Amino acid sequence: MKSLKHALVALAGVAALVLAGCGSGEPITGGSDSGSDGDHDSKEITIGFAISTLQNPFFVSMKEGVDEAAKKLGINLKFADASDDANTQSNDVLNFITEGVDVAVLNATDGEAIASSVEALNKAGIPVITVDRTSEGGEIVAHIGTDNVTAGEVTAKAFFEALGGKGKVAILEGVPGASSAIDRGTGFDNVLADFPDISIVAKQTANYQRSEGLTVAQNILQANPDLVGFLSMNDEMALGAVEAINAAGKAGKVKTIGIDGGADAVKAVCDGSLVATVAQQSKVMGSQSIEQAVKVAKGEKIEKLQPVDVVVIDSSNCKDYL
Amino acid sequence: METRNELSLAAEHDSVKKPRVKRSLPTFFGPLVALVLLMVFLSFLSPNFLTISNIFNIGQQVAILGVLAIGGTAVIILGGIDLSVGSVLALSGAFVGVLHINMGISVWVAALSAIVVGLLCGVVNGGLIVWGKLPPFIATLAMMSVARGLALVVLEGRPLSGYPKGFRNLTTFYIGGWLPTSVIIAVVLMILGGLYFAFMPSGRSLFAVGAGYEVSRLSGVPVKRLTVAVYACAGVLAAIGGIMMTSRLGSAQPTAGTGIELDVIAAVVIGGASLTGGYGSIAGTAVGVLIIGVLRNGLNLLNVSSFWQQVVIGAVIALAVLVENARQSQEAKARTKS
Repeated sequence: MKSLKHALVALAGVAALVLAGCGSGEPITGGSDSGSDGDHDSKEITIGFAISTLQNPFFVSMKEGVDEAAKKLGINLKFADASDDANTQSNDVLNFITEGVDVAVLNATDGEAIASSVEALNKAGIPVITVDRTSEGGEIVAHIGTDNVTAGEVTAKAFFEALGGKGKVAILEGVPGASSAIDRGTGFDNVLADFPDISIVAKQTANYQRSEGLTVAQNILQANPDLVGFLSMNDEMALGAVEAINAAGKAGKVKTIGIDGGADAVKAVCDGSLVATVAQQSKVMGSQSIEQAVKVAKGEKIEKLQPVDVVVIDSSNCKDYL
Repeated sequence: METRNELSLAAEHDSVKKPRVKRSLPTFFGPLVALVLLMVFLSFLSPNFLTISNIFNIGQQVAILGVLAIGGTAVIILGGIDLSVGSVLALSGAFVGVLHINMGISVWVAALSAIVVGLLCGVVNGGLIVWGKLPPFIATLAMMSVARGLALVVLEGRPLSGYPKGFRNLTTFYIGGWLPTSVIIAVVLMILGGLYFAFMPSGRSLFAVGAGYEVSRLSGVPVKRLTVAVYACAGVLAAIGGIMMTSRLGSAQPTAGTGIELDVIAAVVIGGASLTGGYGSIAGTAVGVLIIGVLRNGLNLLNVSSFWQQVVIGAVIALAVLVENARQSQEAKARTKS
């Protein structure tokens, strides 16, 4: 019993340290109070941005967009990273309310779990904008983002066309149950109906990770020697599949496509090892969300649905994105 | 308090009987039978399972886990646990990436510094446990968070790629077109580990410390130094795993090795080691590593849904340990009768 108590105390200590660590990060990312390039009525504006995770390049570039826009507009930025933990994120949002932000911009870890936070913001009279993932409840002023179903459709269509519309294909799925994986899968299915000569011979998760993508693709190649392509739900798994294809000596014979438009993937597109990567412009989402939040804070009316286009980065235009 | 009693009991029969030598069957016999059965079963279900290329595939897929599990075995024999290896792997890999890609330092020098990073993490783990008197679970839990955080800091949250061919070949080259280099690294390290446990005096005393810390300390075993050294080794092995992962993927990734510490613990425990310490073997761990690898590979080949994969893997872990426990208690009974 006693040792359990000690363990709990120590755990609490660790948690406190970790939290302290997070807290100390804030001033670095915090907006420029001394921002001389912003116009001065926006100097008083404080915007809270809650991001789902920074352990993923997609969201790291979203943050870049946020930081750039915040600097340009000279606003106060409260930035919170939930590390993909819905509970942490709801605490982050509560902090926004306590700190009295003018507008809250939320990139939810989970569309369902964020709903209660959105309701709390509504009650506190703080306008909410969602980015990339929307909220399943509460009132939002606007949603900025690409629909993952569309991204899935565009990707599958580009890929099946690159394969000449026929052959055996395996799907590398994202984290089971994640909304992005479900939506991208729906997008794949929608397009699949138009390509009767494409058959899906395997569907396996590689949890959006490169190392797992490599392992799983290797195994699928073993089971299906006549496979012609890996349709992957993100870049990391696609790049893992590329390694597996090279190791199997099937470079050029088996094709792969990714989603996200990450730097590594763009390089791989340029050197021909990826057919294409479909980019959801997360940086644009980030900067656009801050611009729109400033408008809301100034009392302007904004569009409720603001789609951000997906871009197909293939061999024809990959150099522009390097 | 009851764990203390168990430990001293274990120490008694360990020192009196030396059961490891007297056993009719090696400790890893049960898991080995399970592995063979699993492989027979899978080769019936999937025509692609029992092919040379697939077997080496599996070898390559578990090589990194195998390297980490050597350290894991030592730590668990000692009665400790190391939750930080996955994060230390990522942090070491991150150093390779940043030093080579961002700073232009030779990739081999970068790899050496990565090993130093792993060593430092291990020494801190051991130091917190021995001198800070933290329970191993807490010390390494803290390191898990710190090292993962540092990996993210160092890499600024994104993967770094672009390594020379020689470095990529470290794990992706197939000797003679079929024998992956990563398997050789893992096998060599495992053999070294096995020899250490079997023949080095300090390797033997690990079992004694795991079975009874106080008894060993009083009989003159340098328990503190040994503990720190074991965690340091686990750190170095995690760093080697990180270098291998970076080489294998051609990319240093902040999320590399997430959750691999649990695979390490599972492999060691499937291999017949006891989490209370004093038991375990490299051969058993190797079998445990292979069971995990074969299972994942087989379920992929059979295109089993990822939801069911999790269920099956969990069930096999529980089953393997249940069988091993039953066998051990039977042996213990037989021993008390004689």
